[in-house]
Amino acid sequence: MQEHLLVSASPHIRQDVSVPKVMYGVVIALVPALIGSIYFYGLRALWITILTVLVCLVTEAAIQRMRKVPVTIFDGSAIVTGILLAFNLPPGVPWWLPLVGAFFAMAIGKQVFGGLGFNPLNPALVGRAFLLASWPVHMTTTWMAGRDGTLSGIPMRGIDVLTQATPLAVLEKVNEIIADPSSAPHQIVQARQVLLELGSSDSIVNLFVGNVGGCIGETSALLLLMGAAYLMFKRYIGWHIPLSYIVTVGVLAWIFGGADGLFSGNALFHVLAGGLILGAFFMATDMVTSPVSPKGMLIFGVGCGVLTSVIRLIGGYPEGVSYSILLMNVATPLIDRHTRPKRFGEVKKDG
Amino acid sequence: MNQGSGREAAVPAVPRPALSEWTRGRTLGLKTFSGGVHPPTFKNLTEGIEITAAALPERVVIPLGQSLGAPAEPCVSIGDEVKVGQKIGEAAGFVSVPVHASIAGKVAAIGRFPHPVGGERPAIVIEGDGTDEWHESVCPRENAGELTPDEIRDIIREAGIVGLGGAAFPTHVKLSPPESKPIDTVILNGAECEPWLTADHRLMVERPTEILEGLRLIMRVLGCDRGFVGIEENKPDAIEAMRAAVSDGSGIQVEGLRVKYPQGAEKQLIDAVTRRRVPSGGLPMDVGAVVQNVGTAYAVHQACYLGRPLVERVATFTGTPLAKPGNLSVRIGTLVSGLVDELGGITGDVGKIISGGPMMGIAQFTLDVPVIKGMSGMLLFAPGEIDDAPPEPCLRCGHCVDACPMKLVPTTIEKYVMADMIDEAVAIGLQDCMECGSCAYVCPSKRQLVHYFKYGKYIASERRKAEVTEATKDEEK
Repeated sequence: MQEHLLVSASPHIRQDVSVPKVMYGVVIALVPALIGSIYFYGLRALWITILTVLVCLVTEAAIQRMRKVPVTIFDGSAIVTGILLAFNLPPGVPWWLPLVGAFFAMAIGKQVFGGLGFNPLNPALVGRAFLLASWPVHMTTTWMAGRDGTLSGIPMRGIDVLTQATPLAVLEKVNEIIADPSSAPHQIVQARQVLLELGSSDSIVNLFVGNVGGCIGETSALLLLMGAAYLMFKRYIGWHIPLSYIVTVGVLAWIFGGADGLFSGNALFHVLAGGLILGAFFMATDMVTSPVSPKGMLIFGVGCGVLTSVIRLIGGYPEGVSYSILLMNVATPLIDRHTRPKRFGEVKKDG
Repeated sequence: MNQGSGREAAVPAVPRPALSEWTRGRTLGLKTFSGGVHPPTFKNLTEGIEITAAALPERVVIPLGQSLGAPAEPCVSIGDEVKVGQKIGEAAGFVSVPVHASIAGKVAAIGRFPHPVGGERPAIVIEGDGTDEWHESVCPRENAGELTPDEIRDIIREAGIVGLGGAAFPTHVKLSPPESKPIDTVILNGAECEPWLTADHRLMVERPTEILEGLRLIMRVLGCDRGFVGIEENKPDAIEAMRAAVSDGSGIQVEGLRVKYPQGAEKQLIDAVTRRRVPSGGLPMDVGAVVQNVGTAYAVHQACYLGRPLVERVATFTGTPLAKPGNLSVRIGTLVSGLVDELGGITGDVGKIISGGPMMGIAQFTLDVPVIKGMSGMLLFAPGEIDDAPPEPCLRCGHCVDACPMKLVPTTIEKYVMADMIDEAVAIGLQDCMECGSCAYVCPSKRQLVHYFKYGKYIASERRKAEVTEATKDEEK
């Protein structure tokens, strides 16, 4: 019996968690939103998701073969990247776009750095940023309206150009018109009307349920929150990043996001519109690319929130979730270095 | 639990922690520390089993070094007749304790033998004569209640008492704080936070009076009148027994602690009970506290009242492959292989043998190791119970940061050590790590964090030594 004794360092017991468990947990958490997107945009959403996942798996396997390292495509991380990338694409994109994006996400976003655990940036967001920079028209005009809904989540009157876009794009346009001194009075009246409708309870309900245009996975806050609750229950993600991110966006939108001066913005609209819920719960919380200490996570979340708000309210893009997370990914090593927890019994040294 | 005793006697299947145990561990308002983990305890295998005396061994292997500090020097020769309690190894310096014969018989060998801490180390082998006759130096003290602090400290030292919780630090050293560090609190550690182990638990249930008498003796040595016994809440019978044994006005208080590992770590225990934090790099005496294990207090009582040196201890022998797990009072030097046979032997395969608990214990390569003073138990795992998952890349999930009771960043320290950046690792707290294993326990990537911390500390101490040698060489030039 004593020939087969394992002699190894303590501890000799481990918690029942593993990398695949965490990754497949995230996959499970994303399933409700995927089902929702199929409901809202049709099977197209499913095909795009399957395509990105397959390309991610094949790319990772091929590169790991080339690098002569063990092929780890079944640890679930490539599947998560594939799903998240698909979730960040408009449902009407041409078929080759997700293919190129998934390859780029896996090859340049992840494997170039050494694979899982070593990538400084969220691979799915690297893929999306690459696509947005390379094919901006495909990435910003191929929206689809939700099933028996509209693109903007508010009623369309005739061929109303103001309501022919996603909610955040409509808001940006409307705010531009109101702020522009050369706008005609009837334009401003109409813009004000649209603004009111965006903030109406019908519009908010549409945003919450997901009956609006947007990227495949970001539309339904409700279904995303269900998945997020599961992840939090499993303790695969903490509350620090999502909460600080969302609260920051909400507060800044309330203070600076209104057409009538300070404190006139609609916080709820800004929180539910666009990709904030998806980003805050599923992408900013990516373990590999976010800080490790609670304090660092809070700073990370607030940073994401500030950048998102700046891009949405001041920048040229209507949406800023993915770029702000990427920018904060870059800041993560710095945040980690300066947010090391105070050690037990640490005595402050002078100087 | 009062019913169905017939079923309880059967070998239990692999148990899971009961819900009540889990919730009890989270009761609000209970004293505890920040961080830590909640491993399943598996204590139900042995927590209800009374301590029984193991059969007198025919042969014992008594290592000369069983504690931190210098090993003892043998003061007997091969062929000498020895009796129980007779000193066979003399302390070598202040941070060192003597060792005593644990059975009567003849010294058969002095040489190197397998040691539970690793490798082969110097030990004295005694072949027993079966008489179990005690040495004439062992006699009860009538006046134990009136001993002076210095007398008690000398008795403790001569009795070879070390910390019985596992670290085995010589007790008399802990009881000799410098004048500049007044002690106002003694805490007895009855947390027994390591899963599986129940030796301290049973001792508190069965010998509370002796333990408290030992505590009073320790308090007298240190001249302080405040004593605590810290016990995790999953041992309500121990808390009850200890509370019942405390007399009014004794200044001793029994504290129920939250069930959380490592609740019994010295600094965490002091934090939980007194809300004082031992400074980084400091000792408990820096905050006026001394912590002793309940088993140590019991040994102090035995030494002062009965005159008995530390020749036996209570240890838990447990694990699913063991036919009849139990808590045994065993003579120091008894080979574990013999004790396992006494407990009905092994059913099925054994994949891992651990001296101590599963979180900090040391994996053994043989069962032919002796019980030593610091061995709180021996744990056997079936091959299927072993966690041998290979490490995967760090996900930076930060669970280790949440779990670390010393508030370190284990993942960063590990990366520094792996990159041979030992100075950087020390700068962010490598030396504060007590190797409790909480970080590695929660790691989803199954990284061997503790292994690297041990390695890093070893390299750091080797480099320090090399620097000192270098410096002395330079001076000589």
